[in-house]
Amino acid sequence: MNAPIISVRGLEARYGDSSILRDIDLDIRPHEVSVILGSSGCGKTTLLKNILRLEQPFAGSVKYWGEELTDMHEIRYQEVLKRFGVLFQGSALLNSLPVYDNIAIPLEQHTRLSQRVIDRLVREKLHLVRLDGAIYHLPSELSGGMKKRAALARAIVLDPEILFCDEPTSGLDPLTALALDELLLDLKSKLDMTIVVVTHELASIQRLADRIFFIDNGALIFSGTPAEAQKAGLDTIDHFFEAGRFD
Amino acid sequence: MAGIRFDKGTLYLEGDFTLKELDNAASEIPRIFRRNKVATVDPGGISKLDSAGAALWEEILLLAEHTEGTTVLPARPEIQAVIEQFRSRQDKQTEPPVEQGWLEQIGAAALRGWQSGRIAIQLAADIFYWAFVGVFRRGGQRKGSLSQQCVFLGLDALPIVALLSFVIGFIIALQAGVQMKAYSAGIFLADVMSFALIREFSPLFTAIILAGRSGSAITAEIATMKVSEEIDALRMMALDPVRYVVVPKFHAVSLMMPILVAFSILAAELGSLLIAVGYLELDLGVYLQRSLMVLEPSELLVTFAKSVVFAWLIVIIAAHQGFQVQGGAEGVGRATTRSVVASILAIIVADAIFSLVYL
Ligand SMILES: Nc1ncnc2c1ncn2[C@@H]1O[C@H](COP(=O)(O)OP(=O)(O)OP(=O)(O)O)[C@@H](O)[C@H]1O
Ligand SMILES: [Mg+2]
Repeated sequence: MNAPIISVRGLEARYGDSSILRDIDLDIRPHEVSVILGSSGCGKTTLLKNILRLEQPFAGSVKYWGEELTDMHEIRYQEVLKRFGVLFQGSALLNSLPVYDNIAIPLEQHTRLSQRVIDRLVREKLHLVRLDGAIYHLPSELSGGMKKRAALARAIVLDPEILFCDEPTSGLDPLTALALDELLLDLKSKLDMTIVVVTHELASIQRLADRIFFIDNGALIFSGTPAEAQKAGLDTIDHFFEAGRFD
Repeated sequence: MAGIRFDKGTLYLEGDFTLKELDNAASEIPRIFRRNKVATVDPGGISKLDSAGAALWEEILLLAEHTEGTTVLPARPEIQAVIEQFRSRQDKQTEPPVEQGWLEQIGAAALRGWQSGRIAIQLAADIFYWAFVGVFRRGGQRKGSLSQQCVFLGLDALPIVALLSFVIGFIIALQAGVQMKAYSAGIFLADVMSFALIREFSPLFTAIILAGRSGSAITAEIATMKVSEEIDALRMMALDPVRYVVVPKFHAVSLMMPILVAFSILAAELGSLLIAVGYLELDLGVYLQRSLMVLEPSELLVTFAKSVVFAWLIVIIAAHQGFQVQGGAEGVGRATTRSVVASILAIIVADAIFSLVYL
């Protein structure tokens, strides 16, 4: 089995005195889509933030290609971040700038590309997320789903090695959600991207997941392929899949 | 209407037990239990019940439990179903967080203050580093941000700074002029005004106006960005929020402050000039000459050095309060208030130190 791109060991996350996550061990394998599942408020966003060092883990280690992230030197950490793309649950677009600038920022800051190439790239990424029409809108003029898509465009604009998406398709209609899922699959297959997705949509899980991590009550109760998840015989997981089914 | 009837030891509940109709039933029932011996509670007359009614029903059950020998009759089945629906799960209630005692609160506040101070110093070091040492490092800065911030944080404040300075110059000159006229010492108004305005009033007033106007804007912007995760997003784009957001403002305010102070001095001198010429009937040329004569270049240098220090204080405190924001929208408001109060305090203390050092 190939080496993990991100490996988390014994991670504990806290807010103040309350422990949100305990003893999380997980490996994100390259060129796979890993889906993080769990009920609302169980700590999925917290897990992502701790992996990305937006919150300092209370205990445990996070390694990127075997290199410790949690106490990495700031300059090295910034280098690593340039290979990460992150889509926040709340989109987190820069509200003072139009969509175009939001997406162009990483290109302008971290590359020496000419303005013409940057322009081309921005338009192309916006086209990928089906947002061509809103290029000059301010974030405040977008709907929730449009913000999500603009933020996704920003997250993939540097063609990251690994893409973290916190609920990319929540609040989208099934067709747009399908298109985004297919975009993620394209990114995986054509650009060899590694993708970590937090999602609740059963349809998305079925389309995307190579591997599932299930969090319950602050602990990781299952990790494995979707097929294994169905056969694991864990009540929480069975109920989760049962509840999400439409037919 | 929710009806309560107490008759021969039986409490009859009748009518609509809904939020709109409950009225004073809620306070009436405990009183009945206290004053009388309730032998039976009969909810048979309840025709309609919602969650508020169900909550009241739970209270009644509790009262009945605590009273010796009270029997509770069943409600109609459809009412009972609603009661079941809303039955509160008392056994699994989340306790609200415990309030700390005042000693603990003082301790916690001191600890917070100490930590906040340390973070502020760290932030100041960061700002100074990126503003002076790392300023030519490639990338990480927003294009066109400096000029935009100069206009927004500095130039836009010019009218209000000039107007206030003019009025204050006019008032101080008038007050001083009245006394001086009594001693026929009108010509010394030029000395007094030059010293007072250049040394103290103009830098101080300009800084206070800027703290209120631009400092609050900086805090509000950064705090909002923090709350809406924009700061996190910047970090994830490998951009240093201090460098990207704060440093252009730092440069802009440091640059604009001396300019604003210069305008403030001019406007205030204009105000005092009106008094000198109009009220004390001094000769314009003589007044101007004397005003300039008492000025030493070193005096101006201190003034501008002082104003730049004020600018730094404003930006550092504003940014610090912005980054330290807690909670949502109301946190932004609190941070902004704290920022203005803290920076005005810091400005006055710094001014006092300057006055002592350069007497
Ligand atoms: N800034 C914070 N301060 C204190 N507690 C927090 C904070 N952020 C999150 N929490 C707590 O951490 C827990 C996990 O939150 P998190 O946002 O990780 O959930 P989630 O799994 O992403 O939920 P959802 O699916 O609704 O997005 C929640 O119980 C929440 O109360
Ligand atoms: Mg979340």
